[in-house]
Amino acid sequence: MPNFVMSYLGSTVTPGQAGNQFWALMYVLIIFAGVSVAVMAMNWLERKALAHFQIRLGPMRVGPHGLLQPFADALKLMLKEDIIPTEADQFVFWVAPLIGLLASFTVYTVIPFGPSQAVSDMNIGILFMLGVSSLAVLGIVVAGWASNSHYPLIGALRSSAQMVSYEVAMGLAVVSAVLMTSMNASGTGTLSMIGIVQAQQQQGIWFIFKFFPLGFIAFAIFAIAMVAETNRAPFDMAEAESELTAGYHTEYSGLRWSLFMLAEYAAMIAVSSIAVTLWLGGWMRPFPNLLQAPAWEFIFSLFPGLTFAGLAAIAFIGTARMPAQSFFRVQRIGLAVFAALLGFIALLLLVIAVAGRTADTSVAARFREGIDYVYWFVLKVAVFMYLFIWYRATWPRYRFDQLMRIGWKVMLPIALGVLMLTAIVGVIVS
Amino acid sequence: MNPALNSAAATMNTGMAPVATPWFFYALAGAAVISALFVITRRNAVHSALALIVTLLSVAGLYLMLYAPFVAGVQIIVYAGGIMVLFLFVIMLVNVERSSKERQFNRIWPVGLAAACALMALFVSALVKGRALFPERLVKLSEGTNTQDIAKALYGDAGRMGQYTFAFEIASLLLLVAILGAVIMTKKKI
Repeated sequence: MPNFVMSYLGSTVTPGQAGNQFWALMYVLIIFAGVSVAVMAMNWLERKALAHFQIRLGPMRVGPHGLLQPFADALKLMLKEDIIPTEADQFVFWVAPLIGLLASFTVYTVIPFGPSQAVSDMNIGILFMLGVSSLAVLGIVVAGWASNSHYPLIGALRSSAQMVSYEVAMGLAVVSAVLMTSMNASGTGTLSMIGIVQAQQQQGIWFIFKFFPLGFIAFAIFAIAMVAETNRAPFDMAEAESELTAGYHTEYSGLRWSLFMLAEYAAMIAVSSIAVTLWLGGWMRPFPNLLQAPAWEFIFSLFPGLTFAGLAAIAFIGTARMPAQSFFRVQRIGLAVFAALLGFIALLLLVIAVAGRTADTSVAARFREGIDYVYWFVLKVAVFMYLFIWYRATWPRYRFDQLMRIGWKVMLPIALGVLMLTAIVGVIVS
Repeated sequence: MNPALNSAAATMNTGMAPVATPWFFYALAGAAVISALFVITRRNAVHSALALIVTLLSVAGLYLMLYAPFVAGVQIIVYAGGIMVLFLFVIMLVNVERSSKERQFNRIWPVGLAAACALMALFVSALVKGRALFPERLVKLSEGTNTQDIAKALYGDAGRMGQYTFAFEIASLLLLVAILGAVIMTKKKI
């Protein structure tokens, strides 16, 4: 048994390529658990960060600094009554949240957390991601229709119009990045997610900096379109609470509503992963070609451990700063335990970094590499997740006609122009 | 480096034959047929559209099984993602309640039945003497370079025209004309 585990940890290909169903299932379960935890963490972070943006405290009561708030929320949502309106279309109302959830979670099969840290590497990777994530709109449309109510229907109509429009600009931006993958000796590009990152490594440049400013403009268009695609502020017309109560999920409650939220946050992580993969070098650490020496490799491999050590330090400072009243004793102990846990993870990661510092094919070295890949990928995605919160706190909501005008008359022409210029420059350069 | 690790890594690298292929085929084909039946038997247009989405996705799965991932991806992105959203969009604006209660007013179902029977006969005959009709061995398709092969057939390779470049350009011109026509017909003033 340990031998099997060792050979899996030392594998150089994805479980999909190896045709190993068991290991693929393990990956699926790990990713599912990881995304669910990330959604919970994101829920807490969003409420805290929004609160601090508005000079409030945010959740403070459930657990130290509201750390247990997501668990309380999840428990509340699971115990709430699941109401299906009598006039609603029962079956469609029931199935709608599942469509969105399925679409958002299916795309994780091709997201490359590392060169071998993905469930599978498809030849059509990015096409598959765009296609399947575009199915999520079906869930929203159908939910709005099945509710048999005015606000949800209007929300669903808005959402479908918006998502279909922004998909066009998004697709064109993606194509210009795919074009850049073909700037090599053989002149053959790739749609595979892993292949796209490897193309960036071979060319020695992240595509956001390639043909400056063309790569950057394509990235910016994608970054705007992906906010519209996931129905987040300032493009959250589908659930604009000041106009439509809650938009397409007005009639939903309890667990079914939480499925919509889970799907939305999972989709946010998924589109951020596309942006990271296509333009920001995916799993690669900063300067993988320039600072290639083993010493640099070792220094960069310390980052995961140091990050957790920093989090642990913050938690310890929080413990020390807790008011010295008996009322806070339980919270103080809880936060101290949490800090100790973070410190333990930090120690573990540092031990792995030291044990696997040799750049050979031993399992320890490969395991250390895997952790580094996942760390840098997740770090880049986390930046995008924070940006989502930042946008929401900063910008007012667009009016619907402004939104459509920007989508069709600004983003689409710019994306088309960037695509053509990228092709022209690519032909001239190669 | 222990030998067990080497051999395990070797088996992982060479890859294994896909398993349970017939199961996947029958599941996907069954889903496609059953949901297609739902498309024509449901009175509610939204239910029909949802069943049609299941059909299209099952067919995409069948394309994947035929080692044609690009066609499968395009099937999902164009039909399931794009066209069906527009279908639903239009159906929502129609009064589904009233149209589902209306009696069917055209009487062409015998024609449809005859056409369906003719198609069925064609399929059965193909099944019966299929050995003579189809090549003995299937062409070995490489799944790994499927998209690149399609690109070479469509756009050509290294400065030469591809096999279908002309047809592809004509088709895209036709689509462009259709788009312009749609814009002109909907816009009163340009």
